[in-house]
Amino acid sequence: MYTIRQFLRPSNVEEAYQALTAARNNTVLGGCMWLRLGHRAIGTAIDLSGLNLDAITDTGDTIEIGAMVSLRQLETSELLQQQYGTLFRDAVSGIVGTQFRNTATVGGSVYGRFGFSDVLTALLALPAQVKLYRRGTISIEEFAAMPYEKDILESIILPKQIYAASYQHMRFQATDFPVLTCAVSCRDDVYRISVGARPQKACLAYHGSSPDAQRITDNLNFSSNMRASADYRRKICPVLIRRALKEVQVCR
Amino acid sequence: MKYVNTAVKKVDADALVQGKPVYTDDLAPKECLIIKLLRSPHAHAKIVDIDTKIAEKVPGVELILTCKNAPRHRFTSAGQTYPEWSPYDRVLCDDTMRYVGDVAAIVAADTEKHAEQACRLIKVTYEVLEPILDFETAKDNPIRVHDDDSFAKSPFHYAPERNLITSGREDFGDFDAEFAKCTHTVDCTYYTPAQQQCMMETFRSYAYMEYSGRLTLVSSTQVPFHARRHIATMLGIPYTKVRVIKPRIGGGFGAKQTSVSEFYPAAVTWLTGKPSKLIFTRQEAFACSNSRHQMRIRVRAGCDTEGNVTAISIESLSNTGAYGEHGSTVIGLVGHKTIPLYNKLKGGRFVWDVVYTNMESAAAFRGYGATQGTFALESTVNQLAEKAGIDAAELRLRNIAKEGAEVFMTHEIKYLNSSGLRGCITRGMELIGWNEKPHRQVMPDGKIRGMGMAICMQGSGIANVDTASVELRLEDFGFYTLMIGATDMGTGCDTIFAQMVADAMHCPMEKILVHGVDTDVSPYDPGSYASASTYVTGMAVVKACEHMTELILDEAAVRMNCPRETLSFDGASITAEDGTILSLDDLASALVAGPKTHQLVATASHGSPISPPPFMAGFAEIETDPETGKTDVIQMVGVVDCGTPINRALARVQTEGGLSQGIGFALFENVHYQTNGKMMTDNFMNYKIPTRMDTGEIIVDFSESYEPTGPYGAKSIGEVVINTPAPAIVQAVYEATGVRVTSLPITPEKILMGQK
Amino acid sequence: MQITIAINGKNYTRLVDPDTTLYTFVRDCGCYSVKCGCETTNCGLCTVWMDGTPVLSCSVLAARAAGHEITTLEGVLEESKQFTDFLAAEGAEQCGFCSPGFIMNVLAMKRELSNPTESEIQQYLSGNLCRCTGYAGQMRAIRKYMEVEA
Repeated sequence: MYTIRQFLRPSNVEEAYQALTAARNNTVLGGCMWLRLGHRAIGTAIDLSGLNLDAITDTGDTIEIGAMVSLRQLETSELLQQQYGTLFRDAVSGIVGTQFRNTATVGGSVYGRFGFSDVLTALLALPAQVKLYRRGTISIEEFAAMPYEKDILESIILPKQIYAASYQHMRFQATDFPVLTCAVSCRDDVYRISVGARPQKACLAYHGSSPDAQRITDNLNFSSNMRASADYRRKICPVLIRRALKEVQVCR
Repeated sequence: MKYVNTAVKKVDADALVQGKPVYTDDLAPKECLIIKLLRSPHAHAKIVDIDTKIAEKVPGVELILTCKNAPRHRFTSAGQTYPEWSPYDRVLCDDTMRYVGDVAAIVAADTEKHAEQACRLIKVTYEVLEPILDFETAKDNPIRVHDDDSFAKSPFHYAPERNLITSGREDFGDFDAEFAKCTHTVDCTYYTPAQQQCMMETFRSYAYMEYSGRLTLVSSTQVPFHARRHIATMLGIPYTKVRVIKPRIGGGFGAKQTSVSEFYPAAVTWLTGKPSKLIFTRQEAFACSNSRHQMRIRVRAGCDTEGNVTAISIESLSNTGAYGEHGSTVIGLVGHKTIPLYNKLKGGRFVWDVVYTNMESAAAFRGYGATQGTFALESTVNQLAEKAGIDAAELRLRNIAKEGAEVFMTHEIKYLNSSGLRGCITRGMELIGWNEKPHRQVMPDGKIRGMGMAICMQGSGIANVDTASVELRLEDFGFYTLMIGATDMGTGCDTIFAQMVADAMHCPMEKILVHGVDTDVSPYDPGSYASASTYVTGMAVVKACEHMTELILDEAAVRMNCPRETLSFDGASITAEDGTILSLDDLASALVAGPKTHQLVATASHGSPISPPPFMAGFAEIETDPETGKTDVIQMVGVVDCGTPINRALARVQTEGGLSQGIGFALFENVHYQTNGKMMTDNFMNYKIPTRMDTGEIIVDFSESYEPTGPYGAKSIGEVVINTPAPAIVQAVYEATGVRVTSLPITPEKILMGQK
Repeated sequence: MQITIAINGKNYTRLVDPDTTLYTFVRDCGCYSVKCGCETTNCGLCTVWMDGTPVLSCSVLAARAAGHEITTLEGVLEESKQFTDFLAAEGAEQCGFCSPGFIMNVLAMKRELSNPTESEIQQYLSGNLCRCTGYAGQMRAIRKYMEVEA
């Protein structure tokens, strides 16, 4: 069981940050999807829904995805589809169900840096940046590798450029957590390939112009969990990478 | 006939689809004490001390029960008819914890938060013992799961000192000699996991005291009358002090054939006098209730060159977990509902051990042992067919029993009255394209399709054990009330009985009220399980209707003043030979007025000396991605012989639902424990039942037979429908990939790693 | 804390704890159609609409829903009847416990998607689990409902 002592909906990010850092057990609310799974005693729960972070915005040379944008928005955004094809749609459409994706947020998904995160895998395949209130704007790779620290994730910033992209995943049951995820993007003959749910969290597995699925796999570490063994993951990883590469080549 | 064998809307449909408050938690009084259970974190431990002093100080805490102060009467929670064969191996709060989740303390408080807070403040000192977590090592293990005074009335060798709740052996002919004579033989061992029932409504009950000092329990149960006995036994009070009411139920599938949540509100309300309620969390419903029995089954079978299966041996080991529950009865179906499918048998053997372990108890789940047995035997027969070079469906057609044939190795039926199994197989072959499509086909995208099939049987009630009573009343203005003790758990038995009464009494269904279940007013019925409702209770309904017709004619004869034999009753009125008419409405009103009042009440009971088997053939077409092992069901065809389907829509939906659960059992539903005995797959996040994207196309048809001992020719349908997908899909995967999976579920990993 | 939530067009003002869920709130306001089937967001039984969008009420804090319009099955019985007549004719409500949440998502789908394919329907509704029916009867009812003129 979880408990919350106080609910706060700040009107600006500074207020949110002050509240977050005021006590150790204060926390930012994402989509609250898994709040009930934990046994946390939360002091102040900080709700960012008053900060206008719930839009996908075309700023001219970038596309900015607010932290409170829902996974469903990612899935259905025409703007994202114009730039990156079906990358985001394919990445999130297997996540639990429509109602879940209507409330689950990009910020919650990225901040959590969960091993099974489809969103993180997709973002890593693009030169995405994470805008943090205190630390400033950093690359998604740096953010993914960083230890957890108290900060307000405001948005994700993507270059407004057209990428050929593909998302591949292995799920045994249609809406289960993935057993392996893989995203590939390509622009100007430069490939970015990310692999997640190994079950360790996604990482940028390759960045260059001559990807070799087996060699990329050989450089990755895999582990076992109740869904699948490390051996199984290692065996299907090059399959998913090859399929993604093939799809990207068709896109181009 | 107007209603039987048609698709009638369920009598409770409108209430359900409008979301009316009709389930247990919707009806509970707001002022109920909330109950939370403190559960053991250890798979095996002794409680050395349990200190509740601080917990009692939490505001709103009304009662805390532990091994120090709880009633200590032994009981079983299994819902079994007399004679009760389940061991009495439980007390409400024991000082031994036998699995992770066993109840160490019961807390009742004014709010959920207070109850949970108090749970956290109870100090338990455990002496942690080594647990048995591998059921293959349980028998004669020096660690004893039950080292106490538990006992069983079971005739099947209850031996807790060996961790055995039952063991035994049956022989038909000489298996060893016949097996040695066979041209083709298969010897294979299979494993099935402890599948979870996963009804959408978890276990829940609330209790209150009546003005007369009696305990009333409202509960989501399949077995109200058994629950009454369980509670009275647990509290050591007379049965007359307990009343159990069943409202609408959000599914059961056998899980609620065992009392699970019932005991706790019963004890709290009995001891405090205050209403109380317990709603199981989904986590508790997974880890702390009951499941299907995990089994290891070795099958040896052989046939001659013509494919006549003459020798079958089934050796089974079943894991009942921490408590005996249904262990001694489930095991029987592993052999008794499988071997009799093969009618050319000359030598048969069925051997079993059922063991205690320090894991969640297993109890009843749709199929009840036949599911595991069917998986093992049908997988073996598919291998035999391959060895003999005979088509799998053709081999079945050569071996199944014809109507009227003597049936071997089942105690529940000697001769087969009805069988549509031949039609099930041939119709299924047509529907899936068995003879037209290749059984292995590489698709343009590189995926490979495969096809497989299996047959199965079940029972209709338990022969010589199950019983049902009903009461049919003619009410004023000529409508009927049918009182039943059978428990509609969404399956639609209330509707099916109304259909039967309407046809028998020649009246519209609107004239029939079906009431169930309140143990104070409903006639005795063991409840809805063992595929018994339609067949057993249905026959009681038919008898009651026949009796009611007699009563109506008797009364009409008196009032119309003419001989009874000259009267005819068409449902609306009674007509004499001279054309005089007495309407039923007038008769009914007259029967409840004045000195000649005589309300007509027809009661009937039914028990059956036989359990006629429904049959089914299942055909699966799957598609495997050979590079990843990922396997999708393309089509699952099921053709059922349930005798006469009383309600065509409900029979179809039952079948589709059973096939879907069978697909889950085959492909997805896996159980994992941590090394300390804690269940990891204790929520829908980690225990995956099929979504609507996982079942493929489900195609259902019926091959009707007419069962002369059943109501309107009906047999059962509830359970038989779950058994075929696992063996059919295993075979389809084998056809496609060459990988034969013998341990469920069939994961992509097993397929990929097994490919050569 | 005191909050006001509009449920089915009527304002309800209640004192709640900051950790009270919308699920608890709507049931306390008499919307018993809303059920809870899991604690892990997987089952879809608690589906209600928040400003017209289907959400899982078990995972929305009541405090966060304050000021929003919530719709439960009780509030759309006329609209839902168009679908539930088909559902009941198939017998595909079976135990009925998952029906309200499922119905709310079907209605939302009809409003959101025009001419969805079979797989789009399945995808949209994949977060609504049902253990009784195997989904096939539900699909037959949905197909008929999707043909009804809105």
